[in-house]
Amino acid sequence: MNELLRRLLFLPPQGTSLAREVDYLHYSVVLSTMAGSAVVAATAMWFAVRYRRRSPTTAGESEVAEAAPRLSYGFELAAILGLLALFVGWWVVGFRQFVKLETPPLDALTIQVVAKQWMWTFAYPSGAASNAVLYVPASRAVKLVLTSRDVIHSFYVPAFRIKQDAVPGQSTSIWFEAEQPGTYPVYCAEYCGTDHSTMRAQVVVLPSEDFARRLERLPPLDIPAADGFGSGPLVRSRSDGTSLARLGEGVAARHGCLRCHTLDGTPHVGPTWARLYQSDVALEDGTSVRADESYLTESMMDPRVKVRRGFAAVMPTYQGVLDAAEVGALVELIRSLRDFREAPSTTPLAPAGAPSVIPLPRSPLPQLRSPGDSSP
Amino acid sequence: MTTSSVQPPSHAANPAIRDYLHEGTSIRSWLLTRDHKRISLMFLVATSLSLLLGGIFALLVRVELLTPERTIMDAVTYNRLFTLHGIVMVFMFMIPAIPTVFGNFLLPIMIGAKDVAFPRLNLASFYVYALGAAITLTAMIAGGADMGWTFYTPYSTTSPSAVAPVGLGVFVLGLSSIMTGLNFIVTTHTLRARNLTWHKLPLFVWSIYATSIIQVLATPVLGMSLLLVAVDHAWGLGIFDPRLGGDPLLFQHLFWFYSHPAVYIMVLPAMAVISEVVCTFAHRAPASYRAIAYSSLGIAFVGFLTWGHHMFVSGMSLLDTGIFGVLSMFVAIFSAIKVVTWVATLRRGSIRLTTPLIYFFAFLFLFVFGGMTGVAVATSSLDLHWHDTYFVVAHFHFIMVGGTLTAYLAALHYWFPKMFGRMYSERWGTVASITVFTGFFFTFMPQFLLGNAGMPRRYYSYPPEYQWLNVLSTAGASVLAAGMLLTVGYLAVALFRGERAGANPWDSRSYEWLTTSPPPQHNFEEQPSMDRGPYDFHLPRLV
Repeated sequence: MNELLRRLLFLPPQGTSLAREVDYLHYSVVLSTMAGSAVVAATAMWFAVRYRRRSPTTAGESEVAEAAPRLSYGFELAAILGLLALFVGWWVVGFRQFVKLETPPLDALTIQVVAKQWMWTFAYPSGAASNAVLYVPASRAVKLVLTSRDVIHSFYVPAFRIKQDAVPGQSTSIWFEAEQPGTYPVYCAEYCGTDHSTMRAQVVVLPSEDFARRLERLPPLDIPAADGFGSGPLVRSRSDGTSLARLGEGVAARHGCLRCHTLDGTPHVGPTWARLYQSDVALEDGTSVRADESYLTESMMDPRVKVRRGFAAVMPTYQGVLDAAEVGALVELIRSLRDFREAPSTTPLAPAGAPSVIPLPRSPLPQLRSPGDSSP
Repeated sequence: MTTSSVQPPSHAANPAIRDYLHEGTSIRSWLLTRDHKRISLMFLVATSLSLLLGGIFALLVRVELLTPERTIMDAVTYNRLFTLHGIVMVFMFMIPAIPTVFGNFLLPIMIGAKDVAFPRLNLASFYVYALGAAITLTAMIAGGADMGWTFYTPYSTTSPSAVAPVGLGVFVLGLSSIMTGLNFIVTTHTLRARNLTWHKLPLFVWSIYATSIIQVLATPVLGMSLLLVAVDHAWGLGIFDPRLGGDPLLFQHLFWFYSHPAVYIMVLPAMAVISEVVCTFAHRAPASYRAIAYSSLGIAFVGFLTWGHHMFVSGMSLLDTGIFGVLSMFVAIFSAIKVVTWVATLRRGSIRLTTPLIYFFAFLFLFVFGGMTGVAVATSSLDLHWHDTYFVVAHFHFIMVGGTLTAYLAALHYWFPKMFGRMYSERWGTVASITVFTGFFFTFMPQFLLGNAGMPRRYYSYPPEYQWLNVLSTAGASVLAAGMLLTVGYLAVALFRGERAGANPWDSRSYEWLTTSPPPQHNFEEQPSMDRGPYDFHLPRLV
């Protein structure tokens, strides 16, 4: 039945179990729509035949005796309330599914997705990267953290029934768990310019052993050179299996992040990055926020919006200084420090808040500014 | 003409009074007229030209989509064309058409007034419209705007094309829209004839009034947003540009705060027409006058609170998604109230099947289908799949073309005798209306399926498996175009050769039929009595 309806409605294959669940709601909504519009139009046309004017020449007062047709208000009320119940029912089911589709499991494999005109780049925690082909393991939750280097794009996999905009300067996420190995098309769904329609990619779902082998053969992420977003040449492709988090350390060093933030839990000018990811952060205004990808990105781009309690609002914005791939690498670095344990001897980097070992930031220096300072 | 004790106004009775078409025939008497009926005809010509242009652009887009890769143009031209199609159709046809043409012509007559409250402002709104249309078209064609009618930032603010002049053009068009809306609100409040209370107004007036409220309240937000985009684009102010600390999603919120209510600016006038057509040809009062009248206001109000359902995949919070989702369900209910009431009005009527009523049946099917697919895309989990695909394209064309254009055609046929004093050919009308419906159905039904299959909108090239549905859609569009041309043809003939229409050829009870066809310059030779209601079909006709 599922397969028959899916084909009748031209839906793509169901690549995930959630896609199948969404399709059941789809059938219910679309079939009701067809039935509803057909019944309404047919009723009106039947009335037009049943109550047609019999003698056109004498049209006038004689045929209609009542001042107004008596509408059965009970009937109308029942129809409207029934419809409202149906709509609200769809909303309840749809919203519950939406929450599921938007909430990745905590143990999901996280992949950074960077969109630009007109290409998709996927960066793995191992530091490997791939253009236009997203390799993922079957039967494992995969979380995509998306951002864009230029305009808004939208990551769309019809077979998974998921779509998420990639917004420049922000980070958004979506997840899926593919059931079977296979290849599924990816489209850019948000209009992004001349070659919008050829900004396509593929999701290649592999058995997990094949995935691991494939990942080893991928080249490391090439953090791009200056392209108007302001970053200089950074960590070039290295062949020593550099992880994305490791690339993030380089980014943090170059941009002077480590002059204020530490990686080992020591307090400094700014909050430490150790155990920060997914923790609840108390803010100056008394509220709190979960330190997820979008909070971390926002704090880089617009640091004064959510200032952590106990810290001065002195961080400058890195909007235009960090490029999208660098942001991805920093987020990955912070993510990798989530379960940080106090064991300085095994941590190869960042002695507690020691600026001396940090390479000098490249010019122009992202200067620390006080909130009142408006100089560029 | 049926005799009755009440004196029917007629030319025969007073040959000295000329109708508005013959009250001065010089070019100047048209261009500088303050007569709302002449301004309405000038708008009819202008918006029809816009419809023709937008239709040509649409056909070019459909021809390009016949093959998966290049057919007749390159990607850059294609992107410009769909932008042209969208902006011309939305801002130059759909939004102004019914209010400026039929609202202008009928609103004063329906309330027993000689003209609108501000006749000069009315004329000015026409020239502002013409100016806006000229700026927009020149800028788009000369400057190659390719950002789509939605102007999404930061693409629009960084695109090298002429975004600022196009924004200015649409801004000016919006000004015209505000002027018309303001005029109608004041007219409805101040110029109603004696004894004509709100609950005796024809339903057309209620709906046009609700539309005007949205126009006046929402259009300034669009103007402001477009101004900010233009400033951003020209001087790099960075309000919506993330590189300068701006927020691109802010633009989407502002844009949809106008553009979702704008959907109701397009649909409420259509509902205004439908209410009149149904009552006249069913020959009975609406099943519930108040249900239809108040639901217009309900739509106008709740329509302001649903804009976020355009942004479910933008990264908006879950809470916002939930709230906008459920509010969208409520706005659909007001439309459902109207649909149920219209159908109930037909029951036990004395129904005369004419071209406007055929358009009503087309409207009913397309509007219910389009409306329920609107509820479908507002269902958040389903929207993840459908957002920005052809499903959405098909959905809003069902509402805009299936709803508004069919109602526009119904209005054109229904009031044609009043406006020009002639009857059109009912036989050709039937043929054309069925052709238009068939063409429409085959243009957009395949697009729902394309969307289900996952084809995103605004795609110049597409995977080959989507081709046959695209070919079917283009074939449908050709039939639709043929139906439209046929309509232009027989209406043009009717203009000169049509049978003379009497004052009230449809045997209606509404006030606009109390005067002659076409009406004299000041609408009524003598102030009509409006003691009766506009749907008193149980009483003998006056005219």
